[in-house]
Amino acid sequence: MAFKPTRRFFIWSGVAAGALVVGYALTPFSTLGRARQIAGKGEAMLAAWVRIAPDNTVTVIVPHSEMGQGVHTSLPMMLAEELDADWSLVRMEQAPADIAFANGGLVRGFLAGDMSVPSFLSGTTDFISRKAAEMMSAQVTGGSMSIRTTGVFGMRRTGAAARAMLVRAAAETWNVPEAEVTAKLSRLSHAPSGKSATYGEMAVLAAEYDAPVDAPLKAKKDYTIVGTPIARFDIPAKVDGSAIYGVDVRLPGMTFAAVAQSPVFGGTLTSLDDAPATAMRGVKKVLKLDNAVVVIADNTWRARAALAALSPVWNDGAGAAHSSASILAGMEAALAKADAGNDWESDYNEGDAPKAIAAAARTLEATYRLPFLAHATMEPMNATAWFKDGKLELWGGFQDGLGIRAIAADLAGIGAGDVIVHHAAMGGGFGRRAFSPNLPDTKANEVRIAIAAARAMAGPVQCAFSREEDMTQDFYRDAGAARLKAGLDANGRIAGFIHSYVEKHDPPDATLIAYDIPDRLARYVTGTNPIPWGPWRSVDHTLHGFYIESFIDELATAAKQDPLAFRLAHLGGAPRHKAALEKVGEMAGWMTPAPAGRARGVAMREAFGTIVAQIAEVSIGEDGRARVHRMWSAVDPGEVINPATFRAQIEGGAIYGLTAALYGGITIEKGRVVEKNFPDYDMVRMADAPIQEVAFIESGARTGGAGEPGTAPVAAAVGNAIFALTGQRIRELPFRKFDLRTGGQIARA
Amino acid sequence: MIDLIVNGQTHAIDVEEDMPLLWALRDVLNMTGTKYGCGVAACGACTVLIDGMVTRSCAIPASAAAGQQIVTIEGLKSGDTLHKVQKAWIEAQAPQCGYCQSGQIMAAVALLNETPNPTDGEIDTAMTNICRCGSYTEIRAAIRIAAATA
Repeated sequence: MAFKPTRRFFIWSGVAAGALVVGYALTPFSTLGRARQIAGKGEAMLAAWVRIAPDNTVTVIVPHSEMGQGVHTSLPMMLAEELDADWSLVRMEQAPADIAFANGGLVRGFLAGDMSVPSFLSGTTDFISRKAAEMMSAQVTGGSMSIRTTGVFGMRRTGAAARAMLVRAAAETWNVPEAEVTAKLSRLSHAPSGKSATYGEMAVLAAEYDAPVDAPLKAKKDYTIVGTPIARFDIPAKVDGSAIYGVDVRLPGMTFAAVAQSPVFGGTLTSLDDAPATAMRGVKKVLKLDNAVVVIADNTWRARAALAALSPVWNDGAGAAHSSASILAGMEAALAKADAGNDWESDYNEGDAPKAIAAAARTLEATYRLPFLAHATMEPMNATAWFKDGKLELWGGFQDGLGIRAIAADLAGIGAGDVIVHHAAMGGGFGRRAFSPNLPDTKANEVRIAIAAARAMAGPVQCAFSREEDMTQDFYRDAGAARLKAGLDANGRIAGFIHSYVEKHDPPDATLIAYDIPDRLARYVTGTNPIPWGPWRSVDHTLHGFYIESFIDELATAAKQDPLAFRLAHLGGAPRHKAALEKVGEMAGWMTPAPAGRARGVAMREAFGTIVAQIAEVSIGEDGRARVHRMWSAVDPGEVINPATFRAQIEGGAIYGLTAALYGGITIEKGRVVEKNFPDYDMVRMADAPIQEVAFIESGARTGGAGEPGTAPVAAAVGNAIFALTGQRIRELPFRKFDLRTGGQIARA
Repeated sequence: MIDLIVNGQTHAIDVEEDMPLLWALRDVLNMTGTKYGCGVAACGACTVLIDGMVTRSCAIPASAAAGQQIVTIEGLKSGDTLHKVQKAWIEAQAPQCGYCQSGQIMAAVALLNETPNPTDGEIDTAMTNICRCGSYTEIRAAIRIAAATA
C-alpha cells in the first residue's frame, strides 16, 4: 500500500508542538517526500532511519560512509537494540546523498534556538554537541562523530520510538493494554491471550501512530546486541574481490583518464605539445586544464603511458619558493615574534602561568618540530563521472555524500538536484575523502577532473590518480613547531605550564590537558603554513599528543619521578584519566622491568571524547632505528557499541600513528612534494607491527569516538620509551631520521 | 594476441607486450578484485598467483604470464564455497577498508601452500603487503585460523 500521510507528519511540521517525531522533526517538510520514496511498496517508513517490511526485515538507513571503521554495522546495532529486533533480520542501506538524510539536522536543529530542547537532550548542549552540530552540516563521516551523534541522538531514539509504535498497534489491534504487550526478537506477543504477530505484520498499522519522543531507552544491563562483537555487514564482499570500490566502477563505454597536475601548489599549465600522446594506441583525447594535463584512453595503463610521454610546461608561480626548511624556520620565527610582541590567540588561560613559572624552583623549556604528512589511502583518489539525460552521475568513495554533491553541482554549473551520487566502497579515508566547503584546501581534484573529462566525452569517464599523483597532490597534515615551558616546585609538582604553537585546526579542544596545573596557558599563531591542509586521522591531536606528552615526560625526568607515577600524581581531578593510566600500567606490567634491551614509554590523550592511555615497549636495532615490540592501550570511551570493531580501530589507529612516528614525513622542496610512492614514504608492515593489547573501561561517561583516538598518543609513547632506553630525548619526527645508538642524524638516502 | 589463463578460463586478449598483468586483469578482463596500490611492486595490493608463485601483477607484463595458470582473488572459491583462507579472514574479521585484502589473502594462500604451519617469523617474512588501516593483528590471527583448518 502507499504510504499514508498520517497526522504524525503534521505533528512533525509543528502543528502539535512538543510531540516530536524522532528523525523527522528537524528536517524541512519538503524533503519528507523524498525520504518516503525510500520506503518500498507495502512497506512503512516508521522513522527516518528505519524501514520495516512485511517480511519482517528491518532495514536501517545509515547516513554515514563505511571506510572500515564498522559504522555500517554499529549504527544499526544501536537502533536494533532499542527496537528489540532479531539481528538476523536486520539489513543496512547507506542513505542516498539527499538532504532528507543529512545526519546533522537532528543535532543542529535542537541547538538552533528555534525550538525547545527536548528532555532527552537536556544537558548535552555543551561544547561537543555544538561542535557536532557545526561539523554535521551534511553527511560528514569524520571527527569520530557517527556513533556519538547519529547513533546516540538518532538511532537509539528512532529504534525506541518505532518499538513503542509497534507495541501500540498490537495493543489496539488486540484490544489489550499496551503494558501487557511484549516486544522481543522482532515479534509482538500478548501472553494472557496467546496472541502474537511479527513486526512486519504490524508495521503498516504502527505507522498510523505518533512517533513518541520520549519512548524509554533500555538499560545497559538488558542489552543483547550492543556490546557484543557482531560481525560486520561489509566484510564478506571484502574477502572475495566482489566489493566495488570507486576505482572498480565499470560502466558501458567507459574511458579512463590519467592526470598530471601542476607539481607546485597553485601553479598553472603554460603549454603542452600533445602530439606524443595522441599518436599512441587507445588514446581518445588530451585535455589541457588550467593547472592539469589529462589524457583519456580506453584503459588506465594506456592513459598513464601516454601521459608519461608528454612534457608539459608549468608556470610554478609563487609556491615554488617554499621548502620544508623555510616553512619550519618561518614557524619558529612566528613563535619568537609572537612571544616578543605578546601577540597570541589563546585556547585557554587559567591562573597566571608566566608568574607561576617565574616563581618555580626550576623551569624547563623545549621546542618540538613535526613534518608534513600525507594520508596515503591504499586506494588512490578517483572519481567516475557521466553526463546522462541532463544529469551528472558521480561514483566514488566519499566521506560526505551531500558535501560532494554540492561540490560537484558547483563544478558542473548545474543544480544539486541534478547530481546523483553513487557511493562506492572506500579504500581508506583518514580524512582524505572528506571534502568540505568549510575546509578550503580540501579540493576534490579527482572529481573536478572527472567532470571536465566527462564533459569532453560522450560517455562515462573514470579519473584515477596514480600513487605518485595521489601522494604529491594531497592536502596534508601540517608541519608544526611548538615551544613548551613549565616550572617545577620544590616538591616536584608542575607549577605553571605554557604551550605555544603554530596553526590551529580541529578539534578546538586539542590542547586541553587533564593534569592538575592551576596556572596554565595554551596559545598559538596562524598564517605560517602555505601548503594545502586537510584533516588527517585525529587531526590536531597528532601534533599536540606528541608535544604535550613528550614534555610531560621531560618534566617527570626533571622531577626525578617515574613517568607514570608523575602523571598519576597530577590527575587528582580526573578520575577517568587516572583509571585509564592505572589500567594500562597493570596491563604492561609497568612496575616490572622490561625484557633485556627494551624499555617502555607511556603517553595519554583524551581525543574525540575517548581517553586512551598507551604504553609502548621499544628496542633499538643494529641499524640504529627503533623497533616497537608491544603496545598496550587502555581505552575509556564511556561505552562500547561493538567491541570487535572498536578494538580494530584502536589497534589500527595506533599503527597509523606508529607509521607517522617511525617513518612519516612529506618534504617540500621548491614547492614540490619530494616523496612520490611507498618506497619514499614507508609504512609499518606486518614485521614492524607490535603485538597489541587493548582493554576497555566502560565508565558510563558520554559516548566517545573510536576512529581517531588511538592515533594521538603513539608517537609520544614511543619517544618516551626511546628516552628511557637511550637517554636521548628526540623532539622531532620521524624517528628514522636519527641514529638512536649515537644521537646523530642518519643522512637521508 | 596473448592467451591469459585466469582462474582456469582462457582469454585471448589483444594488448601491448608491456602492459602489466594488473591492467589486463582490471581494465581488459574487468576483474577488479585485484587492486592497484603503487605500480612499483612495493605494496602488494595487486598480488596474484602465477603457477602457484606469489606475484605482484603490477610489475609483470601480461605477456610474461601467457599460458601460465593465473589465480586471482575471484578464483579462490570452489563454486559457492569460500577458500579456507577467506573463511578465516571472515572469522577473524580482518578487513577494515578492505582494499589491500585481496592481495593479503593471495599472499597468505601462497604462504600456507608452501608452509602449512608458519611461525611468526615466517609470517613476517611472507606477509610484506601494506595495510594502511593497520589490520595486521587480525591478519595474523586469520592466518593462524586458516593454518589450523584442514
